[in-house]
Amino acid sequence: MNRRTLLASAALAFGLGMSGTAIAQDKTKVGFVFVGPIGDGGWTYEHNEGRLAVEAHFGDAVETIYQESVPEGADAERVLTQMALSGADLIFTTSFGYMDPTLNVAAKFPNVKFEHATGYKRADNVGTYSARFYEGRAVQGHIAGKLTKSNIVGYIASYPIPEVIRGINAAYIHASKVNPDIQFKVIWAYTWFDPAKEADAATALIEQGADVILQHTDSTAPQAAAEKAGNVYTFGQASDMAEYAPMPRVSSIIDNWAPYYIDRVQAVIDGTWESDDTWDGIGAGMVKIGEITDAVPAEIKAEALALQEAIASGAYHPFTGPLNRQDGTPWLAEGETADDGTLLGMNFYVEGLSGEIPQ
Amino acid sequence: MIALEKRPTPSRAWSAAAPLLAVALTMVAGAALFAALGTDPLAAIRTIFWDPLFNEQFASYSRPQLLVKAGPLILIAIGLSLGFRAGVWNIGAEGQYIMGAICGAGVALALYPMDAWFVFPTMVLAGALGGWAWAMIPAILKTRFRTNEILVSLLLVYVAEQILASMSLGLMRNPEGGGFPGSRNLQQYPAAANPELVAGTGMHWGVVAGFVAVIAAYILLNRHMLGFQIRLAGQSPRAARFAGVDPNRLVMICLGISGALAGLAGMFEVAGPAGQISIDFNVGYGFTAIIVAFLGRLHPVGILLAGLLMALTYIGGELAQFMLGLPAAAIQAFQGMLLFFLLGLDVLSNFRVRLGRRKVT
Repeated sequence: MNRRTLLASAALAFGLGMSGTAIAQDKTKVGFVFVGPIGDGGWTYEHNEGRLAVEAHFGDAVETIYQESVPEGADAERVLTQMALSGADLIFTTSFGYMDPTLNVAAKFPNVKFEHATGYKRADNVGTYSARFYEGRAVQGHIAGKLTKSNIVGYIASYPIPEVIRGINAAYIHASKVNPDIQFKVIWAYTWFDPAKEADAATALIEQGADVILQHTDSTAPQAAAEKAGNVYTFGQASDMAEYAPMPRVSSIIDNWAPYYIDRVQAVIDGTWESDDTWDGIGAGMVKIGEITDAVPAEIKAEALALQEAIASGAYHPFTGPLNRQDGTPWLAEGETADDGTLLGMNFYVEGLSGEIPQ
Repeated sequence: MIALEKRPTPSRAWSAAAPLLAVALTMVAGAALFAALGTDPLAAIRTIFWDPLFNEQFASYSRPQLLVKAGPLILIAIGLSLGFRAGVWNIGAEGQYIMGAICGAGVALALYPMDAWFVFPTMVLAGALGGWAWAMIPAILKTRFRTNEILVSLLLVYVAEQILASMSLGLMRNPEGGGFPGSRNLQQYPAAANPELVAGTGMHWGVVAGFVAVIAAYILLNRHMLGFQIRLAGQSPRAARFAGVDPNRLVMICLGISGALAGLAGMFEVAGPAGQISIDFNVGYGFTAIIVAFLGRLHPVGILLAGLLMALTYIGGELAQFMLGLPAAAIQAFQGMLLFFLLGLDVLSNFRVRLGRRKVT
């Protein structure tokens, strides 16, 4: 090798190295912070499906990174900072408890975009998004009210926050509409994901006579408990949980984040990303109703599908008056629908529900 | 035939070498685990142990974070080690940590928005008292009714968690929080906040307290009568009784100190890095500190180093998760191996391995 080729190859190597880094910088890096393990079969699983959809859609143009089972609090702040330091352009923080950490870190990295799920605080580089899960709860409530023979519906709630309370209210309103004798028993699990606790809660509810179990927690443990008990109906939560169909799982609410994630990543690539608040439901496809199985009589299934259609088209709002609060004071007048502000901060039960929201 | 023969006295050399060997074995077994998961094992080990300290992209941030994560671990582990040496087993530091945080934050929230110099010192006192009082329950039950302090202190953790949930939903809920659980953020209340003392160092009052505790424990154990009694009670309870050590008094003191230190750790955490009382405030420092105490051989300086090492595996583990796509469970298994190997190697400091046919005696 003479001197000239040596120089040339050195220059070539240098050039290649440069273009290599240039390509690496062109790639948009998208981070995801998950509250549970990606194999939870529910909430985090669906967010991860959204992440995979982003990878499939953009191919080599986008690199995704993620971290699972991140505790909500001080640890989340460190994880977010490290992700931002690693060169992420856009970070999705997918649980309510990441709200303050997301804002703190966003203030330190003004060039990184953040999307926080289910929160209410925004900044120039922090947007929020959530889905109108309560629309799906209305359909569930209808089916539950028709299916139950004991007239007792068990509800495994996670934390007493507006999103969860909204779900209980929406389900109860539509269950009691078709079955005035219905009674809801709510157990607060204080967790989003804890198979052992969720199974205990489901078993306790079944022992108290519930023959329909609704859950706002993410694992499939309640489904397994219901299957063991037999003759108990359940609904998939966050994910389809189709492995328990046709019984006990008779339908499900599926969170469908993929279109939104692809949309927001595209906006970052195009440079058009702006902080905003997205709250979509069945109509926009963010909330899907999983297949209603044959365990549900055809007539009930048809009614449920009609209800779903009416909500999707906007013809019907699940919170339509007349509705009173639990203490009997009027909330919505005849024909009046709830405004988003009240729904977002909902901290009361509607009339007919027994028990108290933990204070 | 391999036989184990009890040593007349534990081997000092093995006792000192065990932690280092355990770390080395953990690296080897961890590398095998990561390789089996399809990740480059060398890259994984480097990401966990090297990158948080020396990677130019992260180190300036993660080095200070090491102190933030290690601070509460060291503070709690120092308290636990005193009891462990004396044979008093406080397994409920997590609960005392929670109660310290609740009491400390309670003072701040009660005084909000008063801006006075005494707010923070009062919180420190309240935090220590809260943890101390919670530890007094197993202590009094043990000295009066001979209950088992391991069970009582452990089960009180779950009671403390329920109180924490109730506080974040009720009494301490942020009135301006839109109905969501969780207290006001103390980071935004200057008189009560526990911020970084020097920006970019990670040093907050909790870390300072951790270092002070290390020094104090060292002096106590080596220069003080109480330290001698603690060591004696652990090594030979009978001899300790003849030497005039009151076992009940020792139980009260050991549980009291470990409770107060755990409470302090919780209080510094809630006023600093965590910022608020929330349902998920506790993330297991009280339990991890048990590993730290044993990894550090119950010695103050050892605990200091073990706390830093444990913090390193946490921070490096987080990096490895999103840089290399390792599952969180693999990192937890990796941390668990550390204690596993340490306990396994401890056999060697108490027993001698004999190869060959066992002699008939």
